[in-house]
Formats: sequence, structure tokens, C-alpha cells
Amino acid sequence: MELEFDVVDLPEATHVEVGETAPDFTRPLVNDEYWEDASLSALTDDGPVLLVAHTMNGAFPATYTWNEVRDRDWGERFDVQVVGISVSDPYAHKRLIEERGIDNPLFSDPAAGVAAEYGIEHDLDGMAGVTEFRPAVFLVDADRTVRYAWTAQEWPDFPDYDDVEAALEAL
Amino acid sequence: MSEAPPITLYRLQACPFCERVVRVLDEYDLDYRSRFVEPLHSRRNAVKRVSGKRTVPAIADENTGVTMTESANIVEYLHATYGGEA
Repeated sequence: MELEFDVVDLPEATHVEVGETAPDFTRPLVNDEYWEDASLSALTDDGPVLLVAHTMNGAFPATYTWNEVRDRDWGERFDVQVVGISVSDPYAHKRLIEERGIDNPLFSDPAAGVAAEYGIEHDLDGMAGVTEFRPAVFLVDADRTVRYAWTAQEWPDFPDYDDVEAALEAL
Repeated sequence: MSEAPPITLYRLQACPFCERVVRVLDEYDLDYRSRFVEPLHSRRNAVKRVSGKRTVPAIADENTGVTMTESANIVEYLHATYGGEA
């Protein structure tokens, strides 16, 4: 039986592009034990950062994305710090980290201000008063220059993990 | 993190004892970072590693090498260390 499955096209977005400087931001950064305010620039001071933006924790897009990112273990295999960001609050991030066994910290941006800065905010599912991150991946080098950028063009949509890996290899 | 402040405060949301410590830190204009933990004691291993206990507030002060729990103790310590001459 053929399963009807309509994918929703997302409107064009003017997002941060390769070669541009990634906007700096400060948000609570959640690990498996606590959270504290951290800036992107403080992370890039230590080396390249892969910023993985996803929709709110709890539904399959965030879960599938983190299962894949976790299993690829980029932080161990490449000179990169892998960090997530979504509108989920720090408590929800701690749950996701525990439940999925994630070794990476996650930024919490409930008001989606970072999404706006990066041009990847979107009202994905029409929940009143909720602005989300469009799924996106940015590889930012130590100078905060964007070396790789991907944003979802449809919903649902997932990063091309092999493309990301190629970009990491090219660092 | 680069240029991390010397004082780290472990705190909970809506914890009056934590706020008491924050007031004194602010009073002396001390540079500190806040690490938020969760209400459940069993989820506070980060605090236990630092202070030996799971209670908050707890502070670690790299200026002096002191780690401390209990808000009354911390407040007294901050006054004694950073209060200077009245």
C-alpha cells in the first residue's frame, strides 16, 4: 500500500551564509549536571564549533537528530565542539541529555532570539505564541567564520550528516 | 570558558537562601558565574564534587581556594573576605 506523505515546503529564509561571521550570543548552556550562561565566542575561543539547531525537544525530529549526532561522535573524531540549540528550557535539555545519552551541551533559547539573529526562526507547526528554530547546522571556525551551513527547506527535514562530516574533514 | 569569573555559585531557581548569597555578591560587586542545578538532590552530583554536599547554595572561590555551603556561612565568609573596612 502506498503511503501518502506530504512534506511541507518551508518559505525562503535569509540565513547566515558560509563565509559570514556567525553572530555571537549568550544563552544558558546545559550539560548533564547544570547550566550556566555561555557565549558562542567563548566556545570558539577554544576551537571550531558545530551548532546544531533543532525543534523543541520531545518530538521525533530532535530525538532522531541527536541519536544520529551522538552515534557519529564528531566531538571525539574531529577538532570540534558539538553543541545543540532549541527553544526547550534547561530542564527539558537535561532530560534529553539523560534520555539520549548525549555527550554534548545544549543551548536553551526559549524566546528564539538566536533563531532570529541567524535568520532561521520559523513558526513550524502553528502553535500560538511559539517561535521555533528551523532545523539548521552551522560549522563555525575559531574566528567565528561560518564554514558550512545547512537549513531545512521542508518540514520535517534532517541534516545531511555525510555533508556535515565532509565539512568537518575539511576543517 | 575563557576568562571565567573566579567565583562560582551553585544555585537553584526560586531558592531564597541562594538569593541571599546573590545579594551579598552583588553588594560587593563581585564577578561570579551562576551554575543552576535541579531541585532533586540526587541530580546534584556536580555540587557534591565541589563541596562534598548536595546542598545549595554552594560557592567555590578561586581567589581564596575556599568552597563552602550553607548560606549563613557563605554570607559571613563574603563579608569577612570582601567587606573590607566599614
